[in-house]
Amino acid sequence: MNLDFSDEQKQLRDQIRRFLGEKCPSSAVRAVLEGPESYDKGLYRGLAEMGVLGAAIPEEFGGSGLTHLELCVVAEELGRALAPVPVSSSIYLAAEFLIQAGTPRQKALWLPRLAAGGSIGTFAMSEGQGRTTPARISARVEGGKLTGVKFPVADGDVADLAVVAARDEQGRLSLYLVELAAAGVRREALESIDPTRGQARLVFDRAPAELLGTKGDGWHIASQVLDRAAVLMAFEQLGGADRALEMARDYALERMAFGRPIGSFQAIKHILADMYVSATLARSNCYYGAWALVSGAAELPVAAATARVSATTAFQHCAKNNIQVHGGMGFTWAFDCHLFYRRSNALALALGSQSTWESLLIERMSAGNAETAA
Amino acid sequence: MDFEDTVEEAAFRTQVRAWIDANAPKHLEEELKRASFGSNGVVSEDPIAAGKAWQKKKAEAGWACLHWPKEYGGAARTPIERVIWGQEEGAYAALTGVFTIGHGMCGPTVMSWASEEHKRKLLPPLASGEHIWCQLFSEPASGSDLAGLRTRAVKADDGSGDWIVNGQKIWTSGAQYSDWGLLITRTNPDVPKHKGLTMFFLDMKSPGVEVRPIKQVNGQSSFNEVYFTDVRIPDSQRLGDVGQGWEVSLTTLMNERLSIGSGMSTGFPELFRFCMDAEIDGRPAVEDSAVRSRLAQIAVRQSGLKYTGMRAISALSKGETPGPENSIGKLVAGATMQDLSMFALDLQGEAGVIWDEDSPQQGRFQAMLMRSPATRIEGGSDEILRNIIGERVLGLPGDIRVDKDVPFKDIPTSGRKKK
Repeated sequence: MNLDFSDEQKQLRDQIRRFLGEKCPSSAVRAVLEGPESYDKGLYRGLAEMGVLGAAIPEEFGGSGLTHLELCVVAEELGRALAPVPVSSSIYLAAEFLIQAGTPRQKALWLPRLAAGGSIGTFAMSEGQGRTTPARISARVEGGKLTGVKFPVADGDVADLAVVAARDEQGRLSLYLVELAAAGVRREALESIDPTRGQARLVFDRAPAELLGTKGDGWHIASQVLDRAAVLMAFEQLGGADRALEMARDYALERMAFGRPIGSFQAIKHILADMYVSATLARSNCYYGAWALVSGAAELPVAAATARVSATTAFQHCAKNNIQVHGGMGFTWAFDCHLFYRRSNALALALGSQSTWESLLIERMSAGNAETAA
Repeated sequence: MDFEDTVEEAAFRTQVRAWIDANAPKHLEEELKRASFGSNGVVSEDPIAAGKAWQKKKAEAGWACLHWPKEYGGAARTPIERVIWGQEEGAYAALTGVFTIGHGMCGPTVMSWASEEHKRKLLPPLASGEHIWCQLFSEPASGSDLAGLRTRAVKADDGSGDWIVNGQKIWTSGAQYSDWGLLITRTNPDVPKHKGLTMFFLDMKSPGVEVRPIKQVNGQSSFNEVYFTDVRIPDSQRLGDVGQGWEVSLTTLMNERLSIGSGMSTGFPELFRFCMDAEIDGRPAVEDSAVRSRLAQIAVRQSGLKYTGMRAISALSKGETPGPENSIGKLVAGATMQDLSMFALDLQGEAGVIWDEDSPQQGRFQAMLMRSPATRIEGGSDEILRNIIGERVLGLPGDIRVDKDVPFKDIPTSGRKKK
């Protein structure tokens, strides 16, 4: 049994951590928070040059031909650093959709660009408030032209390509590739609780759309890709949870009150212990998810939901309590606690809300293999 | 990342599986599998006798205390082989629960601190299940604050070198059927509390030892009070130096927390099966969204513990020492089981109040409810475990100890207030 990353993967982790330590300090995150750009272009280019964007993209399509385990390692580090880059939209989602459902021509056209970071992709499914279900999708493609409104779309303000869930002429839910620079696409940046990651509303008015995968297969493909993305996103959340815990621990060691470090008070110590517990459970569940993702196990749907629910819980728990341990200073703009708080709450909703994944987990366990998570 | 055995591990597993298949008491399997936490295990026959018989059989075939040296009744196997054995033993492991304290805590302490002669005398019958051991640590006035214990051992004034023990221990699991006990006492009240302790082992049949079962919240009596009235212990049964008892006790307590990959149950599999069967408004409970959310949160705690254990096993398999992540086990499992039992009763509606062992659920969730408060206290309370995680894992400073450098006799206690 080896539920762990290999030595090479751990070296990759160290390498990326060093790189992000240099290129993505919190000042870089703040530059996006406070500035006009919705992502850090230099950082994204740097990640592309290191080959990490294409880690899990086949070599024939411009990737590094590594595995999704390496991508999990990358994701955890991006989460730790709160990297303000569109990796989840472009790599976990758009590239994965192309790998899973694209024709050779579609793959050859888009995957090299996504791997090189020259183009950014995203996935547009939600059409407003409330849980996304097949019945709620009304965007429509007729004669190769897409009409409808999608929001929120992560990184929709900067993406070049969107995978859009929409109905075909017969009303069947299908997926389409849409170039966002084309005529008939209007986009509008949206304010969000986490301005370090872009959000947009995309309005399509007879925009050119090209089928991805089989007609009527949209929900099925999306579910598969979302499961894969959920494991990667869980690693991002895990990285964030761990870093928030470290920040709180460091502050509890340094901050004095009543003549002693606050970390010596059990009221604080026990908060930190509970943060460690939630981060540890999430890490173990993430490893389970990573195993299922890379081994093609039949239990991937259960493992992905398990990793996702656990990591969402951990990141939210650690980020909110990081503020609590910091006391009033944690509520200032100047301290970094809010960056984690924002990201934890934004990621908890990306790919579907926590209650959606909780429901999926139990639905899947009861449908099939109840023993897998037992 | 994989869950596969190495070639050697697979071969060992095959060997273990074949032996267990040929030798396990199969007539008890059903009963053992049905029992969940807080319920009685074997009831169709004497559970102690059944446990001893199984342990003896294992010992005779060389499967007892796998990780112990052979000269002390073990099999000198690797940690990972011990884990594999445990996985294969499965439900039958519950049979030998009466040896958990002896094999897991008392044995390693004797191995670290006793004379060679004593080790050869005491350990083989402990390994083979002939003897049962108990741990005489906690006292009415010293639970989490173990070093505050008051049971006194003084040198006999007859020149024999023996020690005379007076006092009381409490929460002693299995004292009523134990042959030997590991006993920590105070030998010097004039020095700070950690420095005046001394450890012994003693024959539980010694004159002056009286065991009184404690009737617990759930009606069972697995814990006892043990009274000592002028109990005489030979000095040769001392473990470590006089005054070194705290250090010796740490060997015991470290071993208590080292039960790796033991996979503490949260009760989730039972709850999940129940939710598949139970109905809300004529539909399966698992289709209810509120039920799903609660279940999912419990499911990920259960699976998080499971895979945390597997990460530790992975380290063992590579010959590495597992990290500190296993320290979360009991903290998570105890609280989860308590929440879970309340949730299960809630799903049973008003009838959840009825504790009926003949019901379809065999009263298992009621039994869990009534047993789970103890899980959050025994073997280190939730609060002590959080302190351990905070201090040993996260490196936070210890609490300020007002009794640290004070002679034990001057420390205020509940019955002895500071003037």
